[in-house]
Amino acid sequence: MSSQPLVEIRDVNFSYDGRPVLKGINMTFHKGKVIAIMGGSGCGKTTLFRLIGGALKPTKGQIIIDGQVMHELDEQGLYAMRRKMGVLFQFGALFTDMSVYDNVAFQMREHTDLPEEMIHDLVMMKLHAVGLRGTHALMPAELSGGMARRVALARTVALDPMLILYDEPFAGLDPISLTAIGNSIRRLNNALGATSVVVTHDVQESLKIVDYIYFIADGIIVAEGTPAEIQASDKPFVHQFVHGEMDGPVPFQYPCRDYNQDLGVNA
Amino acid sequence: MPLARSIKHIGHRTINAVWRVGMSTRFFVLILLNSGLSFRRFQLTVKELFFTGVMSLIIILVAGLFVGVVLGLQGYETLKSYGSESALGTLVALSLVRELGPVLAALLFASRAGSAMTAEIGLMKATEQIAAMEMMAVNPIARVVAPRFWAGVISMPILAAMFSAIGVFGGYLVGVVFIGVDEGSFWSQMQGAVDFKHDILNGVLKSFVFGVAVTVIALFEGFDAPPTAEGVSGATTRTVVQSSVVVLLLDVVLTAIMFRGV
Repeated sequence: MSSQPLVEIRDVNFSYDGRPVLKGINMTFHKGKVIAIMGGSGCGKTTLFRLIGGALKPTKGQIIIDGQVMHELDEQGLYAMRRKMGVLFQFGALFTDMSVYDNVAFQMREHTDLPEEMIHDLVMMKLHAVGLRGTHALMPAELSGGMARRVALARTVALDPMLILYDEPFAGLDPISLTAIGNSIRRLNNALGATSVVVTHDVQESLKIVDYIYFIADGIIVAEGTPAEIQASDKPFVHQFVHGEMDGPVPFQYPCRDYNQDLGVNA
Repeated sequence: MPLARSIKHIGHRTINAVWRVGMSTRFFVLILLNSGLSFRRFQLTVKELFFTGVMSLIIILVAGLFVGVVLGLQGYETLKSYGSESALGTLVALSLVRELGPVLAALLFASRAGSAMTAEIGLMKATEQIAAMEMMAVNPIARVVAPRFWAGVISMPILAAMFSAIGVFGGYLVGVVFIGVDEGSFWSQMQGAVDFKHDILNGVLKSFVFGVAVTVIALFEGFDAPPTAEGVSGATTRTVVQSSVVVLLLDVVLTAIMFRGV
């Protein structure tokens, strides 16, 4: 990857109550790319996501976005940085007391002085891009899970962010919505010239749309590479993850005592 | 050691209670510091005024009317034995304006609007709407919490005044219209006995203080609620219980200061 880096993660460590979650993570996200961060549940990928968004501060190390160290920014600086970022939450996090239209218009009204006619056109364009212009008058409760996620995507890119973060965008979606979201992520990233980071454990869908993948396990990067490299990888963890094998380096059984001992059987 | 465990439990609960008082005070200061938007974009506060104030009107008016009617009935029975039925207007008005209006309106407000505020903010947090707002560089205290706070603080004295007014009407209805107390002495004795500054303004001041207390408790509990179904339901219960206790406690303190000059 030769383009300029937008995000640099340097030796980031993070602990919750003294329990290490991330142990020396180094990553570089280049402009215009879609990057996936993968790993099993509880591997620390959501923590990393929150660190990139500035919601948490690293115990050690730095996260540099657009030349600025995130944890050194004051509240104003952090908010200014977040205006250039878009975040898609796992279940959309649409404001339930506002219509679809008002949800997408929210940031435009909060951060710009655009006249209402222009906001109207922009909202319609954003909703058209996710195929849901016809839902503008509906309330979030009237949408299906997949539609809500697409409206949230339209809201995420409302102000044309330079960095878009996706937290488990594929979780709990039907195959049609899955493809729609996957395509939209790629298409919007290309159209906006942005950088997208997708935190996910959906291997097959991600491999189709991303440029580079990082695998995290136990708080460290265990593998990284392009989709082709990952698919061809012979590392046991990557092989188990990509092919969805039940047992392997990640054991099926949670650590426990001897089975015979628990059943009271003398082997 | 059950004794040691009990002491540990009491200690833990005490520390937790002190911690929560500190956090809610800090939260209150944060609301005040982030209140600019509530007035710059007053339509945000007006929208909340509708939900907290206007939507509470029916329960406040119905309860006020019934309390006034009961006061009229009970007051008449007692005053009759001293031959001073004409003082019914004074009794009804002073009871309502000084005590029952602010206190009962605040208790009803806590149950109707306070619980709704806690549940709404708690669920916004549980569904990541608050986090989403922060990630969109919008301060949720300024955008979500402060307008609700000011709506509560503005509507509470108005609701209490309406509670008292309709209560007086209830007393009039039962005393003058149905029982037959002299209308002239009902109103004139009331006018003579109720002092604007001493009674009315003190009543308004009380309801203002109750409004601040109930709204801060409701908003803090919502904002602090664990993001689960159980967490939000617990927070809603705590709002009603704590608000009621705090309102009654504050009433004792304020009454002592205002009417006995403590």
